Amino acid sequence: MFSSTLRCGLGVLAVGAALVAAPYAAAADLKIAVAADVTSIDPHFFNLFPNNNIAEHIFDKLVQMDPDSKMIPGIATSWKTIDATTWEFKLRKGIKFHDGTELTAEDVVFSIDRVPLVANSPGRFTAYTKAIIGKEIVDPYTIRFKTAFPHPLVPNDLSTIYIVSKKAATGATTDDFNSGKATIGSGRFKFVRYVNGDRVELVRNDNYWGDKPVWDKVTFRIIKSEPSRVAALLSGDVDAMEGVPTADLARLKADPKFNVTSKISHRVIYFNFDHLDRVSPFIFAKDGKPLAKNPLLDVRVRRAISKAINRPAIAERVMEGQAIPSGQLVSEKLFGNVPGLKADAFDPEGAKKLLAEAGYPDGFNITIHGPSGRYVNDEKIVQAVAQMLARVGIVAKVETAPMGPYSSRASKQEFSFHMVGWGASTGEASSPLRSLLATYNVDKGLGAVNWGRYGNPKVDYLIEQALQQVDDENRKIMLQRATELSMQDLGIMPIHFQYTMWATAKGVTYVPRTDEYTLAFQFKPVKG
Amino acid sequence: MLVFIIRRSMQSVVVLLFMSLLVFVGVYAVGNPIDILINPQADQLEREQAIASLGLDKPLYAQYFTFLSGALHGDLGRSFVHATSALGLILERMPATMELAISAMVIAVILGIPLGLWAGLKPNGVAGRAIMAGSILGFSLPTFWVGLMLIMVFAVELHWLPSNGRGPTTLLFGLIPVSFMTWDGLKHLVLPATNLALFNLALLIRLTRAGTHEALLQDYVKFARAKGLTNSRVIGVHVLRNILIPIVTVIGLQFGALIGFAIVTESVFAWPGMGKLLIDSINFLDRPVIVAYLLVIVFLFILINLVVDILYSALDPRVRITESKG
Repeated sequence: MFSSTLRCGLGVLAVGAALVAAPYAAAADLKIAVAADVTSIDPHFFNLFPNNNIAEHIFDKLVQMDPDSKMIPGIATSWKTIDATTWEFKLRKGIKFHDGTELTAEDVVFSIDRVPLVANSPGRFTAYTKAIIGKEIVDPYTIRFKTAFPHPLVPNDLSTIYIVSKKAATGATTDDFNSGKATIGSGRFKFVRYVNGDRVELVRNDNYWGDKPVWDKVTFRIIKSEPSRVAALLSGDVDAMEGVPTADLARLKADPKFNVTSKISHRVIYFNFDHLDRVSPFIFAKDGKPLAKNPLLDVRVRRAISKAINRPAIAERVMEGQAIPSGQLVSEKLFGNVPGLKADAFDPEGAKKLLAEAGYPDGFNITIHGPSGRYVNDEKIVQAVAQMLARVGIVAKVETAPMGPYSSRASKQEFSFHMVGWGASTGEASSPLRSLLATYNVDKGLGAVNWGRYGNPKVDYLIEQALQQVDDENRKIMLQRATELSMQDLGIMPIHFQYTMWATAKGVTYVPRTDEYTLAFQFKPVKG
Repeated sequence: MLVFIIRRSMQSVVVLLFMSLLVFVGVYAVGNPIDILINPQADQLEREQAIASLGLDKPLYAQYFTFLSGALHGDLGRSFVHATSALGLILERMPATMELAISAMVIAVILGIPLGLWAGLKPNGVAGRAIMAGSILGFSLPTFWVGLMLIMVFAVELHWLPSNGRGPTTLLFGLIPVSFMTWDGLKHLVLPATNLALFNLALLIRLTRAGTHEALLQDYVKFARAKGLTNSRVIGVHVLRNILIPIVTVIGLQFGALIGFAIVTESVFAWPGMGKLLIDSINFLDRPVIVAYLLVIVFLFILINLVVDILYSALDPRVRITESKG
């Protein structure tokens, strides 16, 4: 209610903007409105999207990701396996930190060692460093990593670890990074100022080893409220914004004073089914009594639900075209995508038939749970799904909650059927497979976010093999096979890949990214 | 007076203690923050380690006592997501909210009392009627909508004022960062302060008008006029002073509410105050900050009430603060 009223107000705002030219700030300064709060500048403190987004500017990584989430050289110019459990990385020579000292293998080792040691971290990067059990500095520009078992994802993992200066960060606390004392990186921008809850200011690093950015000074303004963020762009207070609300998309696109760019994200929006053999907590017979058996255990029921959902309609109407329907875990350009694996076509008759076959000709009652304000239009998607299910006889209620309380219940299997999203941040299908679809197994560290508790030994076998398969071609085939099998089972039910949207004032363009990052150096001024 | 203040302080400690328990249990019931905090790619072992390192593996009463013993030493815990002291974080944001709330209250008082007086003295004039009609709008329009409209008109259309954010700050008394001392800072402050002031402006207009209306009929006003006092003395001293008691009460109570209501205005104008911090902390289930914030707010309310009580006695000689009044 609150947000829809806000949007009404915003409609008026956008009309107002059409009447007035937005002035464009001097070319050398860039102000960007970002949607989420930066909690710290320490790049190893908290693996949180807004924090990483800032770190991307100040720090370099051994391996970087291009806009399509393909790995490209960063600090490392090349990497290869020496044997099944040893990786060798060659470092670029002559990289200078912001304080003028040279970046060498010492700093790399120091940074990786720092990851598990940062005090009071609520969400560490250790998932990306724990496979490495030994580090050997061959010379200042060559480093070898030992893993306990064959681990093909060392480069992917290291594409998330920011390299800090050993000299500046030895003994430094997170506070020292926030104040700037220890914030010495080798990235395209130098740190100037961080005002909690308000802004982060950066200036260009003129000694950067690669392409230097065109902007002298970059300010990230934290504006969480969607209409306020749009208003900041319309009024010319910022030059660019991330997280364009779909409600304003059409107007911004129609206005020649602004550009809108979007790109398919690595994030899949999906539903978890309750796979536990129990009386499912939110499924009831039509008379309101709990069902003795969990109907979702029957793959025919899961398939019926999938067929009952009109994914193209959700993408077109709920998402205003800013999503692509999906029947698998990663989008086309990512490693492990299965070419041709499509989502179930919308088929309510087929769904009813499957439900009847499974012994539920009249359907049942269910409560669908979903997060609010976490993913693009998340509440609306859940509501649309509920209406679609009603047409095949499954009467669905909707309950949504902010992600905090929501995830804390979902992870304890308190729901029957609920929506979540997953970003394949390492750029390949192994990320969702190992966390979402592998059987929950504490000893192996698999299936940690398998909240529906799906399990299929064949899928597990393929995932475990793939995670140790260093040969890329073989690994890809295993990941594809695991994806196919788990999608046949409907272990989870993908809905779509969402688009990430950016809007800029006319004089600026953005090269959009799969990983959703808003990077100042990807904004370019338009000549003329 | 001193006894009164001491007694009040002791009561306050009890209130704070009770409040901390209530909030702690409430926040605990909302859910475990670990699932939104932790790296999604982390495995179960790392999850357990993260839970333990944040102290979330301990039972509720143990967590509460850890918190209490810290609180007794002035430490209200450490923010999960900022890694700094929760109280420090709040105090860092407090000047922004205070500046906004005080500016809003100043606008409301400076405009509201004269306008209310005017409307009370000339209830049937055009101006009086217009003031009362305007005050209805101030009451009924939702803050966030008015805020967006202000942005639309003054920032997007007219380009007179910035659409959001806080301007550059300078140190007041070398201690408190404030933004109203520079021109740019003042420009940033105008819209959010006006937006936050509207409700209280309307409230003060109505209160002052009603009080004035009533006072004019009282015998002492008639007597004062009969004595031949000037109109300005009758209104300025006899009327105004007598209607101030309810107004001061409301200003006091509303000042607390302003700090609370500031959340909406802060969100709409991206004003980096405490309210925004609270919203962000709730999203992260950052318990220490939520608990500390609510305790700070309770403390502020207690403080404001105390000030209001003391002001009463200054305004009305019949009100004597004595021990028995508590």
